[in-house]
Amino acid sequence: MLQSVSRIRPQQADPPALEVEDLVVRFDTARGSLHAVDGVSFELQPGETLGLVGESGCGKSTLGRSILRLNEPAGGSIRLQGEELVGRSRRDLQPLRRRVQMVFQDPSASLDPRWTVGRLLAEPLEIHGIGNRRDRAERVRKLLAQVGLPVDAAQRYPHEFSGGQRQRIGIARALALEPDVIICDEPVSALDVSVQAQILNLLVDLQRNTGVALLFISHDLSVVEYIADRIAVMYLGRIVELAPRESLWRNPRHPYTRALLEAVPRLGGRRKPAAPLQGDLPSPYAPPAGCRFHTRCPFAVERCRSEQPQLSGVGHQVACHRADELIQPPA
Amino acid sequence: MSILSVDNLTIEFRQKRRVVTAVRNLSFEVARGETLAIVGESGCGKSLTALSLLGLLPPTGHVAAGHIRLEGRDLVGLSEPYLRDLRGRRIAMIFQEPMTALNPVLTIGEQIVEAIREHEAVSAAVARRRALALLDRVRIPDAARRFDDHPHRLSGGMRQRVMIAIALACSPAVLVADEPTTALDVTIQAQILSLIDELKRDSGTAVVLITHDLGVVAEHADRVLVMYAGRKVEEGQTDDLLARPLHPYTRGLIAARPDPERFLEGHRDRLTEIPGMVPPLWDMPTGCSFAPRCSFATAACALGQPPLLPYGDDASVACLRTGDIRAAERIPHPATAG
Repeated sequence: MLQSVSRIRPQQADPPALEVEDLVVRFDTARGSLHAVDGVSFELQPGETLGLVGESGCGKSTLGRSILRLNEPAGGSIRLQGEELVGRSRRDLQPLRRRVQMVFQDPSASLDPRWTVGRLLAEPLEIHGIGNRRDRAERVRKLLAQVGLPVDAAQRYPHEFSGGQRQRIGIARALALEPDVIICDEPVSALDVSVQAQILNLLVDLQRNTGVALLFISHDLSVVEYIADRIAVMYLGRIVELAPRESLWRNPRHPYTRALLEAVPRLGGRRKPAAPLQGDLPSPYAPPAGCRFHTRCPFAVERCRSEQPQLSGVGHQVACHRADELIQPPA
Repeated sequence: MSILSVDNLTIEFRQKRRVVTAVRNLSFEVARGETLAIVGESGCGKSLTALSLLGLLPPTGHVAAGHIRLEGRDLVGLSEPYLRDLRGRRIAMIFQEPMTALNPVLTIGEQIVEAIREHEAVSAAVARRRALALLDRVRIPDAARRFDDHPHRLSGGMRQRVMIAIALACSPAVLVADEPTTALDVTIQAQILSLIDELKRDSGTAVVLITHDLGVVAEHADRVLVMYAGRKVEEGQTDDLLARPLHPYTRGLIAARPDPERFLEGHRDRLTEIPGMVPPLWDMPTGCSFAPRCSFATAACALGQPPLLPYGDDASVACLRTGDIRAAERIPHPATAG
């Protein structure tokens, strides 16, 4: 049955739940220095979902992990309701850490197989010294109900559950500390489509009930278009376009976004797709000068090869020198 | 006339101490130059079906009944040397993860040459020329230089192109592609699938495309076979089946897909869930295996397995409720229409 869910409007009065400014994450490896994230800025409002989409190697997962400082930023700023996370010592980070949680693609990898679900859900509460044993047991019961698992799940082990149910456990664990922001890194990519629908509905419901802000990272544009209020498209470590989802879907402005949308297989059937995007992603160790997409872009001109375009615009932002000329999609 | 004809295929599997039936009474045909997609979710039996077509079932599994006829010849019960002769020459396969199928210590050129000389008595020089032409054909840029590269030097998309070159080395009649683009990025997926389409058009190869993605089906398959819990529940022409799915499971699969066109305009409809889970193979319900999750199920559905019945000229469905559901939606049965 279809049931309408009205959109949650970001409240302008609150500070952003999360602000990322000019973030740089670098990996120094034997092959040289790799800028996985290179000057990324965005804001996430309370109760909002920002989708982060791009192909493998674009830096989207590294960006997500760096917000929890699982990857250490090399520069820039990450503010949680105005409080700076970059540069804090581990100990100073601890009280802020409970306000940002993460849901991973493969819940099994993040759930200790020797622990019962009840213990897995109570652990974050214990670490942060919340409640006594009885309070925590009560909270575990509530969390299980919230994510649609039976109460007796608390006594069972992760392997006794299906992939979809394990993802529910992962979500319950992320909710345990009532965070302001949850970073979802490909949370439905390993699931079959019927189960994927269950988990997406659950995330939408939870957000409506708790007002949590979601940073939803995915390679799947259809999923991101479904769940996100705004969408940021990444290519080789940079955001190339950031726009409200409807505007992005109806009027993509960056040639890469267009190629990405064009490549999504649709039920509508056999369009004669424009020539699929040619070539592979250039090596992130030696990203092209100028616009990083120019090596694969059918519209690239001399300026694109030398000058890096900046994200600009109001509401619908795009980083492309030729965006204004290319407003009409090529026929 | 069909090049590949599968008739009442049943695949059994040894699992711990029990024997389970992973594929049951499956029949389908594929014609020259046609793409048949087999869709379904994890565990529905689609990949085992693909492997059985090449006699590649893992040691714990075997074809318990039925026939697999390739150009008229039954592959079931054929001994390994005969199968090896047909594999690569008349029927070939590409896999989801090319790295597991490519040999990491041989160059890609050597592997294509090997595939050619396995079946054809040609000189090394001729095989090399043909291998280079194949790399060109699957659009590996700078093929002459790439010829001496090892697989790990290539991107995922390039490896899948090499796999396709190997599969096509001896111009097989049937190409089985098991989730060939699931591990690839969407822009690379588009390149690989359009390459397969193009090769099929040029050479008339029949393609069996195993996928979980209905979007891929919509754009690349001529016909679709939907599997659920080891059985065919529906088959039809792609456009008909996607526009007017007959089986409640097919409907569920389509409705569960997030489709941006459906939920823009300021409102986000909840996605339609298929409640519950696929029943385990060792504990199948007596009746229709989808009945426990089906919103149309009645008492009759739990009593016995619904027969697969033809629907119109070129579709079939295994659901007792098809007539009632169609009638409720005022869609005339094709046999009585017009």
